[in-house]
Amino acid sequence: MSALPPTGAERLIQCLEREGVEYIFGLSGGAAMPIFDALVDSNIKLIMVRHEQGATHMADGYARATGKPGVVLVTSGPGATNTVTGLLTALMDSVPIIVLCGQTVSPMLGKDAFQEADVTGITYPVVKHSYLVKDGADIPRVTREAFYIASTGRPGPVLIDLPKDVTQGPCEAPFVDDVELPGYRVPSRADPDDIAAAAELLKSAKRPLLYVGNGAVISGAGKAIITLAERLRAPIVNTLLGKGAADETHPLHLGMLGMHGTAYANKAVVDCDLIMSIGARWDDRITGKLDEFCVDAVKIHVDVDPSEFNKMVPLDLAIHGDARLVVEDLLPMIEPGDTEAWLAQCDEWRRKYPLKYPKQGGLRAQHVLDRLHALTLGNAVIATDVGQHQMWAAQFCLSTTNRNWLSSGGAGTMGYGFPAAIGAQFGQPNKEVWSVSGDGGFQMTQAELATAAIHKLPVKCLIINNNYLGMVRQWQELFYDNRYSGVDLEGNPDFVKLAQAYGIQAWRIKRPADVDRILKLAHAYNEGPCVVVAEVVKEDNVFPMIPAGAAIKDMLIEKPRVRMEKPTGST
Amino acid sequence: MAAPALRPMPASEKTGIHTISLFVHDRPGVLVRVALVFARRGYNIESLVVSPSAAGGFSRMTMTCSGDPATLDQIIRQLAKLVDVVSAIDHTGDQSYETEIALIKLDVQDDDRTQVLQVAEHFNAKVVDYAQTSIVLRVYGGSEKLDALINLLRAYGISELVRSGKILMARGGSET
Ligand SMILES: Cc1ncc(C[n+]2csc(CCOP(=O)(O)OP(=O)(O)O)c2C)c(N)n1
Ligand SMILES: [Mg+2]
Repeated sequence: MSALPPTGAERLIQCLEREGVEYIFGLSGGAAMPIFDALVDSNIKLIMVRHEQGATHMADGYARATGKPGVVLVTSGPGATNTVTGLLTALMDSVPIIVLCGQTVSPMLGKDAFQEADVTGITYPVVKHSYLVKDGADIPRVTREAFYIASTGRPGPVLIDLPKDVTQGPCEAPFVDDVELPGYRVPSRADPDDIAAAAELLKSAKRPLLYVGNGAVISGAGKAIITLAERLRAPIVNTLLGKGAADETHPLHLGMLGMHGTAYANKAVVDCDLIMSIGARWDDRITGKLDEFCVDAVKIHVDVDPSEFNKMVPLDLAIHGDARLVVEDLLPMIEPGDTEAWLAQCDEWRRKYPLKYPKQGGLRAQHVLDRLHALTLGNAVIATDVGQHQMWAAQFCLSTTNRNWLSSGGAGTMGYGFPAAIGAQFGQPNKEVWSVSGDGGFQMTQAELATAAIHKLPVKCLIINNNYLGMVRQWQELFYDNRYSGVDLEGNPDFVKLAQAYGIQAWRIKRPADVDRILKLAHAYNEGPCVVVAEVVKEDNVFPMIPAGAAIKDMLIEKPRVRMEKPTGST
Repeated sequence: MAAPALRPMPASEKTGIHTISLFVHDRPGVLVRVALVFARRGYNIESLVVSPSAAGGFSRMTMTCSGDPATLDQIIRQLAKLVDVVSAIDHTGDQSYETEIALIKLDVQDDDRTQVLQVAEHFNAKVVDYAQTSIVLRVYGGSEKLDALINLLRAYGISELVRSGKILMARGGSET
């Protein structure tokens, strides 16, 4: 080897290796060439994608499934702007991803050079933090800080913009281990007075409810939450993103709450006298009409991010700390409550308002997802896209294992599910990984079929094909007098043939009688990716439903006979 | 069920114009990140002063803005959350020392000059430029005092006005 100093790009890759990076998801271009070149000599595996958005969702799926930051590498200008949706998706759901962008040479910054875009400028609102590196000597420090910031506290995406002269030039700066970030504090244990206050409140509650969110997933609080629920004899509900933190099949678990949550979970929210959020942020899809949300219930909120306190609802007690540590600290102070009447009430609701779907009248998505759950029993990673199929999957595929449920909640990004499943499969090679997509969303990132195929990834891709942008169609049916506008997916490809065109094994489910047989075929198939296309009834609706902006008590259990007003909530 | 007495949530009770002091890591982009916390809500920053702090590598930002207390409370928490922001404190209504400088250019005719100079003297404003048809006054003090002077002088024809924006410092051992 020559005695030449490493280039900035080589130093960068060494830094990534020191961070334990196994995979980089990316797509190259002029400004990123030095970095791609440096990857040739690295053990880090480059997963080449077909569109940069796919790379961001793969990194995101990898991160959600493993808890480790996912890394993306793209070129300048359009390569970088294609990551914006993925950054938003990761920011909204607190996912640690690192996006490395090539950039034009630094003397050309601000001069409309070829493929120059003000990437740090464009992305400020969608990152936890970002860097524009103008001096190669900063590469080790910036990389260390980026990983630290992305993965600690409330995790989130960090972007590093790397001008080509910086990556091509020499960099002898030493590696950095310790970060010095005076403006960045990572909370851990909460104030003991707050813990004691929470114990006191929980003690006097007659109808307590534990409301579990993504913070519990991130901190791994599930086991402690189950113990807390058992000691308190309190029911649990979780958000879409909280699925899997605490085993949804536990007898005290009432499933998902919110817009399309179970009726029994939502009824428990309406009637509880104490609701304790553990890493959930009282999103508008959870609270419905704020003025009527849990007005008389005591509200406790545990969060690592104090900017969430009192943001949506006025709290009685805010506990600033890591969800798992807070619940663990709380456990020794908990005395069993007298909640038997409350639990009996919840069980009665569970019996009276079960999730159900018609068993006749053609193939239904609910049936397919119900059977997928029967086959995988919460042991498979399930990554969903966004729409009706997502809500049905959330309702029927109960999660038993932390980090087995991946779904774009805050951003609701169509196109997320399939690439997220690919990323998850890279991160969890020994787990069974399914994506559940709609026919609309799947087409937004379907180009990644090639990525799955070339790596012979055993990811299983279920497409719920209703030939509609189903969720929007549902709203038009219920709230816009059936006036369909821009929801018919006429022109869909034959998804089985599409998969076959990539050399991918594919099956079609046409009738209810096919469901188990074909799901089992896919379950057993491990030679590479496979696609299952379920041709479901075109017009079906997700219930229960709390129309956006309505009070939870106005939840619809089934389609109302009367005409509905347009929802007042945002979306 | 009534909640037992707990220490109150730190929701701000203060209304009207708020003065916020930020101590920030002096990194490119920090001003944009701060501004975006306001801009995404359509909030206007009314004045903003950025200057080096006593500690090298850090800057002080003093900003004023108006809005409802609950939203501003949230804004301050979101500012504090920014990686480059070391501290964010709302000084509204506390006993901090506050001051501001204004430069005021007036197109004054001979007959108005004496009166303008009398007003200026009353407010301790200094004439820093004296020309044929204009004078420039420099005045400092509390923002309300500056407002009062400017209002009085409008009658004589203010042609240009530059205000520094409010700066403040907490008294005694308190942190700004
Ligand atoms: C990128 C993006 N564009 C638009 C939307 C709005 N949207 C939400 S659900 C939905 C329909 C999704 O259709 P499909 O993927 O077929 O799933 P289905 O609801 O039919 O199960 C749309 C358009 C979105 N969430 N994301
Ligand atoms: Mg569809």
